[in-house]
Amino acid sequence: MAQKKKVTARVYRQDEIADGIYDMWIETSLAQDARPGQFISVYPHSQATLLPRPISICEVNEEKTMLRIVYRVAGQGTTEFSQYHAGKEISILGTLGNGYDLSLAEGKRVFLMGGGIGIPPMLELAKELKKAGKAASVSAILGYRNELFLDEDMKRYADLYIATEDGSAGSRGTVMDAIADNHLEGDMIFACGPMPMLRAIKKFAEDNHMEAYISLEERMACGVGACLGCIVKTKEVDAHSHVHNARICTDGPVYDAKEVEI
Amino acid sequence: MNTKVKIAGVEFKNPVMTASGTFGSGMEYSEFVDLNKLGAVVTKGVANVPWPGNPTPRVAETYGGMLNAIGLQNPGIDVFVERDLAFLEQFDTKVIVNVCGKSVEDYLEVVERLGDEERVDMLEINVSCPNVKEGAIAFGQKTDALLHITQEIKRKAKQPVIMKLSPNVTDIAEMARAAEAGGADAISLINTITGMKIDINRRCFALANKTGGLSGPAIKPVAVRMVWQAANAVKIPIIGMGGIATAEDAIEFMMAGAGAVAVGAMNFVNPYATEEIVSGIEKFMQEKGIEDINSIVGCVK
Repeated sequence: MAQKKKVTARVYRQDEIADGIYDMWIETSLAQDARPGQFISVYPHSQATLLPRPISICEVNEEKTMLRIVYRVAGQGTTEFSQYHAGKEISILGTLGNGYDLSLAEGKRVFLMGGGIGIPPMLELAKELKKAGKAASVSAILGYRNELFLDEDMKRYADLYIATEDGSAGSRGTVMDAIADNHLEGDMIFACGPMPMLRAIKKFAEDNHMEAYISLEERMACGVGACLGCIVKTKEVDAHSHVHNARICTDGPVYDAKEVEI
Repeated sequence: MNTKVKIAGVEFKNPVMTASGTFGSGMEYSEFVDLNKLGAVVTKGVANVPWPGNPTPRVAETYGGMLNAIGLQNPGIDVFVERDLAFLEQFDTKVIVNVCGKSVEDYLEVVERLGDEERVDMLEINVSCPNVKEGAIAFGQKTDALLHITQEIKRKAKQPVIMKLSPNVTDIAEMARAAEAGGADAISLINTITGMKIDINRRCFALANKTGGLSGPAIKPVAVRMVWQAANAVKIPIIGMGGIATAEDAIEFMMAGAGAVAVGAMNFVNPYATEEIVSGIEKFMQEKGIEDINSIVGCVK
């Protein structure tokens, strides 16, 4: 795994692609080793908000010189980020976390399930799965409140199915409703999204004897496995902690759904 | 130019250490920092058996700082010795092991177990963690309890003992004197200040533990004041900490009376902080013509 670094990067461009959802391309050497499902930590400039914000990698450009992050404005830190323009220098730490293991998809009918601000990491994953060309099929099942984003990007790499809470596009309801409405069948799941969705996926996968790999989030401080702030309960005693806790920032964020108690 | 400092007979190449709980056992940050450049690595608190710690959320950001309520999650002394202490073998730095427990017996078990470990240069006794219900802080908020546990530990310890003090007390000088009277070789302060954050949108506590320990630059003036008060109350050396972000901050603590300093929450903000503070202190000494770092310790009376 590549060495983690805190580096100075530069905003290449930023656009608001949906209400409160921002799309930022960052020029950085960290793009070189970035993998789908990994994340970077972005530092606000304000000294009032000291801790870095963990944000998933949405895309890496072809030349591996830029990272794309798509995030929702949720507090002071992300409000500051949303005001950045092209050329702005930012400090980022990365690349962090384990990421999705693409080799698990070989010969499988794969579901990529993303909910809300859990959708962005699914894009780079879809892109890499298409490039590898080893999955039997790739279906992206994306759940939104109402306004769509990244759906056009996703169409390039996967069969797209959409659910919206208000029924304004695709199936009315959740990603689970989209699976049922479209009679989708698969062998395995890669997912990222809010906890209720991940719990539903964990159960769905167990009921249907599917493998599911889910990306978790938690309040983080260090992002590198030292502070033990961001843990998830594990089924077995964790190899590092020697208790039933694993560090999401380092051992995760992607886990076999069977191994975590969520 | 001399940057070496001596605490309880142990010589450190410079006064910069890591604050317990913010640096694991050094492994994670060794990707960023050359541990050989540090005065000491102070490890995360270790107990006689593994502790699972508190539920999440365990951390919350606050203005210029953060709250944590990790709850002293640790893998227990056996794994610590086999894995973490073995890892630290390869570095030319001092190792200070932070010890936690729920009862006096718990502490003594760890202290005795570490007695034969040559890699351990000093012990730091955590009697000040605000995030666990039993033990820990119960020993650190009353002078008689602190005096008693210090005496018990000193009876068994083979390495010099640092008592880590809590700021959550009425009179820090009194606590420092109790540790000294109990035979402590040094004291370190401050641990985190008990705090709370409420999420007004969800109408709940930001931390699962409700309260947590406040750290980061926000607490620095409190820490400097307490180091100064403790320095004026006891003769044993003091390791100062609490919001140190820069070399200037470290120097401020030393001028208040700390013989060495530790960097805590700022490791999370700047993973290179410890090494940068070491070189920043040297630069300050050059600029000001300071020959010996020890000459500034307690220079502000």
